[in-house]
Amino acid sequence: MASTSQTTPSGGGRLGALTAWIDDRFPMTKMWKEQAAEYYAPKNMNFWYYFGSLALLVLVIQIVTGIFLTMNYKPSAADAFGSVEYIMRDVEWGWLIRYMHSTGASAFFIVVYLHMFRALLYGSYQKPRELLWIFGMLIYFALMAEAFFGYLLPWGNMSYWGAQVIVSLFGAIPVVGNSLTEWIRGDYYISDITLNRFFALHVIAIPLVLVFLVVAHLIALHEVGSNNPDGVEIKKVKGPDGIPLDGIRFHPYYTVKDLIGVGVFLILFSLVIFYAPSMGGYFLEHANFDPANPLQTPPHIAPVWYFTPFYAILRAVPSKSLGALLMGLAVVLFVFLPWLDRGKVKSIRYRGPLFKAFLFSFAIAFLVLGWLGMQPPTPLFTNLARLFTVVYFAFFLLMPWYSSIDRTKPVPTRVTYHAH
Amino acid sequence: MTEQVDTGRRHFLTVATVATAAAGAAFVAVPFLASWKPSARAKAMGAPVEVDISKLETGAMVKIEWRGKAVYIVNRTPEMLASLKTGDNRLRDPESKESEQPEFARNEARALKPEYLVIIGVCTHLGCAPLDKFTPGDPTVSSDWPGGFFCPCHGSKFDMSGRVFKDVPAPTNLSVPPYRYVSDTRILIGAESENA
Repeated sequence: MASTSQTTPSGGGRLGALTAWIDDRFPMTKMWKEQAAEYYAPKNMNFWYYFGSLALLVLVIQIVTGIFLTMNYKPSAADAFGSVEYIMRDVEWGWLIRYMHSTGASAFFIVVYLHMFRALLYGSYQKPRELLWIFGMLIYFALMAEAFFGYLLPWGNMSYWGAQVIVSLFGAIPVVGNSLTEWIRGDYYISDITLNRFFALHVIAIPLVLVFLVVAHLIALHEVGSNNPDGVEIKKVKGPDGIPLDGIRFHPYYTVKDLIGVGVFLILFSLVIFYAPSMGGYFLEHANFDPANPLQTPPHIAPVWYFTPFYAILRAVPSKSLGALLMGLAVVLFVFLPWLDRGKVKSIRYRGPLFKAFLFSFAIAFLVLGWLGMQPPTPLFTNLARLFTVVYFAFFLLMPWYSSIDRTKPVPTRVTYHAH
Repeated sequence: MTEQVDTGRRHFLTVATVATAAAGAAFVAVPFLASWKPSARAKAMGAPVEVDISKLETGAMVKIEWRGKAVYIVNRTPEMLASLKTGDNRLRDPESKESEQPEFARNEARALKPEYLVIIGVCTHLGCAPLDKFTPGDPTVSSDWPGGFFCPCHGSKFDMSGRVFKDVPAPTNLSVPPYRYVSDTRILIGAESENA
């Protein structure tokens, strides 16, 4: 297709000749056309569609800042805490690079949660996008692992006890539990050995997996095409040229749109980095300004905000193994959404009142559990956590029922779009 | 010579090749997985530690580090020992049937000598360090509190022998490490018998 010089975008001249030379040896122009210039995306994508490209941006920020942090960080129990202080105080601009990385971690989860909520709103996980959704969920799991391993590295006291609690969760597994936790730690407690291997996982193993999954996610997306706020398949209505009537070229239309999102994001991101890098203890927890102490648990222990909804579920259950099981289930159930959802329509715009009510309660439950997970476990809060855990699971487990009997509205054949 | 493809032979060769590769992969996986186990150095660092308890006052507690874990040693008062008799029906495992301890500690005091409690200060729920709340009725725990250990992470409660109360997340009593008395005032933590 694109193997001759006639298809070069830049016309003739030396640049055109160079492009042709490359295209004969590597499908550069072909890939550019398929993935951007002639990738047709629905023209009605709205605000909710910013977060995919923003997640990609944050991934790049994390990789670049992470590489520079490893140049001064020392992954040993004796030196780790001190080397982070050294980065903060003595390395030129070290504080900025580290704050970009620590703020980037929270930013990653913010954009990913909004990106996932978009999929819930518009049914983006439904057929034919099940595999796209699964790749996305695998990215989310890898991201959780990445955040967990990275959190131990500063070797603060909250790092230490956070890792202790999460690794102990594996002890809830019958029979092999205790030897499994010992195997994960490589020692009888969270030690220098554990820190060293978490460092390896954080800086190379999980990032490689993440990048691979992101590529798979994008290939799957461009194969099936983007969903949109109407949940209409634009490929069903094509013009005589075979191009979807409701589609526009990704480049330049959506590259320009996404660049505006990037601008707004970077402004907000900078505001946090420069004015509230610890975000009042939500992005960087205060107990972590003390070095790790294996003999002294911080008086109040809580994970970083992005794990607190699941942590609240864990604490709400008065049984170790059942709590760990429900917490795992709360994360994994997302994977099964394409098959739990029996709805005849995709988008929230055409769903009935039942789905809207369940989705709204789920969003509230997620936020309330997130807040409860940061609070000390008082009897009132524990009971609240139990209530909202039920609401959380009801969204998933009752979905086959309420999504199938819901009174949906008719879906148009074309997307709704108002020219500006 | 025939042009006919011997599919049976091809199938056999494919299966045999895949099986050989799978066996090879399994053998290669072993060293990598085993490299995650506690190393020889980590095991050596987990050797027993000796503690002098002659200066431990009645009612007081010391924390000793053994294998990176806190080991609590409490010199229990007669009142503390008396409190062990009261709350059996509020305990989940009063006779330490499902809990981890040397055989000699499978009793109410969970100790070799009843006055000295030696216990691992790691909550059996998720591994936090329980706090010593020895005062009965401590307002930071509850008004009917008999005195014991309280985990600040998820609210698990244990009595003066580290026995877990009902309706808390911790599943079992606090573990008792293997230990023995080297003399009247010295305890060796990490080994029960002479030759360990």
